[in-house]
Amino acid sequence: MRLHGTHIKLTERSLYSVDVKMSVELDVFVGNTTIMDKEVYQLWLNGYTVNDAVKVRIEGGVMEECEASAEVLLSDTMDQYRTFQMCERLLHHPAKLANQLLFQIPPDRQAMLIERYYAFDDSFVREVLGKKLSKGTKKDLDDVSIKTGITLKSCRRQFDNFKRVFKVVEELKGPLVENIRQHFLLPDQLARDYAAIVFFANHRFETGKKKLQYLTFQDFAFCAGQLINNWTVGAVDNMMEDMDVDLDKEFLQDLKDLKILITDKDLLDQHKNLVCTALRGKTNVFNEMEANFKNLSRGLVNIAAKLINAKDVRDFFIDLVEKFIEPCRSDKLTSIDVNLYLTHYTNSAHILDTFKHHAVWTRYMGVIKSCILRMYHD
Amino acid sequence: MPGKLKAKIVAGRHLPVMDRASDLTDAFVEVKFGNTTFKTDVYPKSLNPQWNSEWFKFEVDDEDLQDEPLQITVLDHDTYSANDAIGKVYIDIDPLLCSEAATVISGWLPIYDTIHGIRGEINVLVKVDLFNDLNRFRQSSCGVKFFCTTSIPRCYRAVMVHGFVEELVVNEDPEYQWIDRIRTPRASNEARQRLIFLMSGELQRKIGLKVLEMGGNAVVGYLQCFDLEGESGLVVRAIGTACTLEKISTFPATATHPNNSSPSKDMKDSPQAAPSTLGCRSTHSSPVHSASSRLSQGFSVSVPTLLFAGMGSGGSAGKEAGPLKALLRQQTQSALEQREYPFFTLTAFPPGFLLHVGGVVSARSVKLLDRIHNPDEPETRDAWWEEIRQEIKSHAKALGCHAVVGYSESTSICEEVCILSASGTAAVLSSRFMQDGPLDTEHRLSRQPLCVFSTGSERVEGDMGSSASLGFEEVVSPGCGFCHIPYDELNIPFPAQLTYCYCCRRYKVPDVLFTTIDLPTEANVTGKGCLIQARLCRTKKKAQGEGNATAISSLLPFLEYELHTQLMNKLKLRGMNALFGLRIQISVGETMLLGLASATGVYLTALPSPGGIQIAGKTPSDITYEQHISTMQKKINDTIDKNKELYEINPPEVVEEIIGSPIPEPRQRSRLFRSHSESSDEVSELDLSHGKKDAFVLEIDDTDAVEDIHALLTDSPTPAGFYSCNTEIMPGIQNWTSAIQMFTSVRVFRLNANLTNQGLNKIFSDLCENLLKSLYFKLRSMVPCCLCHLNFTVAIPEDELIQVAVTAVAMSFDKEQPLENGKQSGEKTLIKAITENDEQLQFNLELNAETSSHNPLSSPKGLSEVGSHLSARASSLEKASPLPEGRSRSLRSNRSYSGSSVAVVKMTPLSFIPGAKIIKYLGIINMFFIRETSSLREEGGVSGFLHTFIAEVFAMVRAHVAALGGNAVVSYSMKECVFMENPNKNQAQCLINVSGDAVIFVRESELESTSVQTQSATTHTSNGGEGT
Repeated sequence: MRLHGTHIKLTERSLYSVDVKMSVELDVFVGNTTIMDKEVYQLWLNGYTVNDAVKVRIEGGVMEECEASAEVLLSDTMDQYRTFQMCERLLHHPAKLANQLLFQIPPDRQAMLIERYYAFDDSFVREVLGKKLSKGTKKDLDDVSIKTGITLKSCRRQFDNFKRVFKVVEELKGPLVENIRQHFLLPDQLARDYAAIVFFANHRFETGKKKLQYLTFQDFAFCAGQLINNWTVGAVDNMMEDMDVDLDKEFLQDLKDLKILITDKDLLDQHKNLVCTALRGKTNVFNEMEANFKNLSRGLVNIAAKLINAKDVRDFFIDLVEKFIEPCRSDKLTSIDVNLYLTHYTNSAHILDTFKHHAVWTRYMGVIKSCILRMYHD
Repeated sequence: MPGKLKAKIVAGRHLPVMDRASDLTDAFVEVKFGNTTFKTDVYPKSLNPQWNSEWFKFEVDDEDLQDEPLQITVLDHDTYSANDAIGKVYIDIDPLLCSEAATVISGWLPIYDTIHGIRGEINVLVKVDLFNDLNRFRQSSCGVKFFCTTSIPRCYRAVMVHGFVEELVVNEDPEYQWIDRIRTPRASNEARQRLIFLMSGELQRKIGLKVLEMGGNAVVGYLQCFDLEGESGLVVRAIGTACTLEKISTFPATATHPNNSSPSKDMKDSPQAAPSTLGCRSTHSSPVHSASSRLSQGFSVSVPTLLFAGMGSGGSAGKEAGPLKALLRQQTQSALEQREYPFFTLTAFPPGFLLHVGGVVSARSVKLLDRIHNPDEPETRDAWWEEIRQEIKSHAKALGCHAVVGYSESTSICEEVCILSASGTAAVLSSRFMQDGPLDTEHRLSRQPLCVFSTGSERVEGDMGSSASLGFEEVVSPGCGFCHIPYDELNIPFPAQLTYCYCCRRYKVPDVLFTTIDLPTEANVTGKGCLIQARLCRTKKKAQGEGNATAISSLLPFLEYELHTQLMNKLKLRGMNALFGLRIQISVGETMLLGLASATGVYLTALPSPGGIQIAGKTPSDITYEQHISTMQKKINDTIDKNKELYEINPPEVVEEIIGSPIPEPRQRSRLFRSHSESSDEVSELDLSHGKKDAFVLEIDDTDAVEDIHALLTDSPTPAGFYSCNTEIMPGIQNWTSAIQMFTSVRVFRLNANLTNQGLNKIFSDLCENLLKSLYFKLRSMVPCCLCHLNFTVAIPEDELIQVAVTAVAMSFDKEQPLENGKQSGEKTLIKAITENDEQLQFNLELNAETSSHNPLSSPKGLSEVGSHLSARASSLEKASPLPEGRSRSLRSNRSYSGSSVAVVKMTPLSFIPGAKIIKYLGIINMFFIRETSSLREEGGVSGFLHTFIAEVFAMVRAHVAALGGNAVVSYSMKECVFMENPNKNQAQCLINVSGDAVIFVRESELESTSVQTQSATTHTSNGGEGT
């Protein structure tokens, strides 16, 4: 009775007009098993409007295959979009998807929904990697959207995903990747990528400088994996109830001791001799290596010594590029050369009489070497 | 104290945040039954409270147990102000009152609020202890089983079919009471929900009492409906078929057929003498008011809605039957006539039960609603229905039938006008099942027919054997017997064209047969069937009161006539000769009437092949006109040919000369007549002048007719790989897979312009067609598949709005076994090949594309299919490869999803689940929900609102079924979906009523391993409850 008011016709409310004479005002389809089209889901995730999605579908030729009309396609697309919107709040907490009652979705479909919802574009993540996941960054997303050509809607979803994962694992103890996988039910590789994103956001690594532009997200993700596996507390001691998000403070402290390699003149010369002896005759660029040894060594050891300051941690990658990769590149070293050089550089230090920090050196150089090798490309 | 109800509140989860400050909730629960309320402790600061309450015990009469629902309210405790309600759960405890149904309700049930929808879930345990009742004059009927299924439920055997039961109860609608002005919408909705729960409970109890009185123990084909009469009140009515059912034990069932062998019974068997047929009779009574009362006095316009001009045949097969047969038939009839209404709500029968089908009988009546003054004596409503049932009964009689099967009743209400409709199929039933039982003469129930038959799931051969053993009948193939006319040839109630049965050549059959029942499983059918719809829209002047009612009743006959004409044309166009599951819905609005007839067309082998459709111009003057007609004719002929191919209708060529036929060759000529709203007389002016033989003549004399023919041809064929029907089974399709998808789709259309009848018709027809197209598109991944039990419901919620709701189930089937095998082996070779080398991989890709092209619709896009096959193979490679990383990854990700905590519950409008066996019926699900919002835009507009609500209703049905221990709902239907909106106020309201039977099914493949368990479960159940 409350609803029996006066009826004023509002045609603009209608979903779509079939022709002048009639418009569809309400159109729903509900299956006992929720029907979700993967293709439409992807269009929705990509932030397409209903009309754009319909265009894409028409171009895809689904109409001819299924003897459907544009109207049918529009109706179906709107319906699917509505379903996805209703599911979205569940996707924010993927564990809920499995024990909610509203939608009956087979487990393999649930996995697909989650995986695709949390998937991200490499070009997008490259823009926000290492940035604080704050409101400020979110406001700048329209610039990112223009730059990357990814719709703002999709950018926001991806950003919110990063933020959500960050917030959840921030407060959790235990291995980072495993936490992400369990809480968000993500496949292994995606969980590792998220671990990298969280790790970068936490340390605010600088990745946006021009000199770093040539690096892909996967390069950084690889490096993050190395850091997480070797330089965090969890890396040394699995029993520790601490998380892997933070670097091992004690280790960073110990890194300062490596300075002796460059401050002690004798040690530096000794180190250089050992390395050069080992390298002689094995490479075409021996002369450049020899000439640059002190410079390169100072660069790497200085990076190590500075890592105790959070501010300098941020510059880790830019430092690696400026202090090591660029000099090598200007000397035209191939990555085989770099590998050779770093191997001998690392090993020779162990033969030095007065150098005693073997464990820290190994732990440091292992990561540095694999990061540099990964980053050493055009 | 006849019963003790016990409830325990275990826990809650996913509760909404009620305290903004803490983002938490202090929840507690009130458990109410009748006037007794218990409370749990407050579980502070949690969205997942663990109450683990004690058992709350209610000691109540079983009468109350039947009427009342258990009401569970979840609240948020508030120290300073009133406690806020989070939501409610109503639990129908009826399934617990029957010893053979569920024993406990246990599980997570959605907490529902009429304003906010589902708000978390609550885990409860409910049990009932019943004591034996010594009171003779009890008012309860605990233990009577209810089934929505309109056939004998799969794991039961009918010992007796007693017949029709009906009841209605009325009340004031809380929404229209004065108090509604001062209470909140939530309170009003909850009052309404609760009242309807109570009324349904009461109704079920009263029907149960009638069943007990008749000596039965179950109601099959239970159909309960609500009439929201607005100011005049709320009517809840139900009909059903009373039966005595016996659970089929695991032992061979044949031992329990003693009645069959009883000679006294055999003697009473009615032979096939009963005449039979087609055709429809219907009546309309419109209100003619005497000065004092508003009671309608039916002037009954009998409209033969199906007209067959044909030669009456001379000879008579019926006469051969002789006096003995006639006598026996009388006996059968008398058994049925003892009862007030020989009606059966069943639509499917055990073999041998249904002897002959006469045709569709229907009756409608227009009434003016009046306030129900005394709810305890709903006499007026009873009298209205009585009138209609009498009408139906007399129609059946006129068709030479003593029973009506596939019977149903419905209403359409607009303001104060109400159209009451009833329809069914006139039939002759086997007297084997109708007996004045001499064996139990001292029993007062002796008048009840005795009926023993096995369930449909049993072998047909057995029954064929028994019918063959009947004395008089010579063996009549069960595949054609039901088509033989039941009426006397010399007194055919309407013009019909009779021929000898094309199967047995012994008895007469009509040329077309319309029925409201399902296609009998034993029927001989040629080819496949398809959904046939007739759609009609008629404008009507706005009027008030009696004038309005009179206007409507004068429109009705034409509406019905034209619907039949359309049906007949469309049937011919598909080259078919019979309709099953015919359902005609007439909906009334302020300025228009809508008619929608749906049925499944088939080609019955026993009936003659339908002639084509011949177009004839009335004024053959100019040449262009003639040309126009001939192109049209060609189109029609092409369509018929195409359809015959599509539906695989290629009946064996029949030699026309029937040897020794006493009947002069009937001229197969029938005509289709267009009725004009202006003259009702036209129907009788049949013009037989056209000499075209074997054809159905469609005359074009005006533009309307041209439009009609266009409309006829615009019904687009179903896309490749799809079939559709509105019955339970589709002839010609076997090997169903286990993939089923039940769905509900609702659309509301706004008409934007003033339209003529033709314009309206076209729009209405288009929107039904478009809806079907959308369904096919949505379900394209299930191809090859059949949409079964397509049930359309139309309504006119307000002026210029048309609402169409569809519920159906899509079922996949294996097209051809060999093809499927080939495909599989093809895929296997692919996997094998991929391990070999790259070159072969390329080859495989091509091969793959080829295999998928067998069935281009199986995937939305060919490319993606290839892609997915590739990835599937890649993953299988990964599994096969010894790479440790890849392997562990895939394993782990699998594991994380396998532990889904929500059990899958299947839903289907059919009475069975393909590839599975129903092992237990847990009770009827009959739920009524109201949802309202005052933030329509924020909830995604009307579509968002209704989408959520329907999904919520499904979720609640599934949860209640799971709590009863079931894994499926069969015979599911959405009987009511009343949607109202007021966008100016940003408001909308919707009422939904759904019902079905909760069951446990077991996959046939798993059956053997579980059969032992089932047995033990059954014995446990029968020990557990001793109700009644």
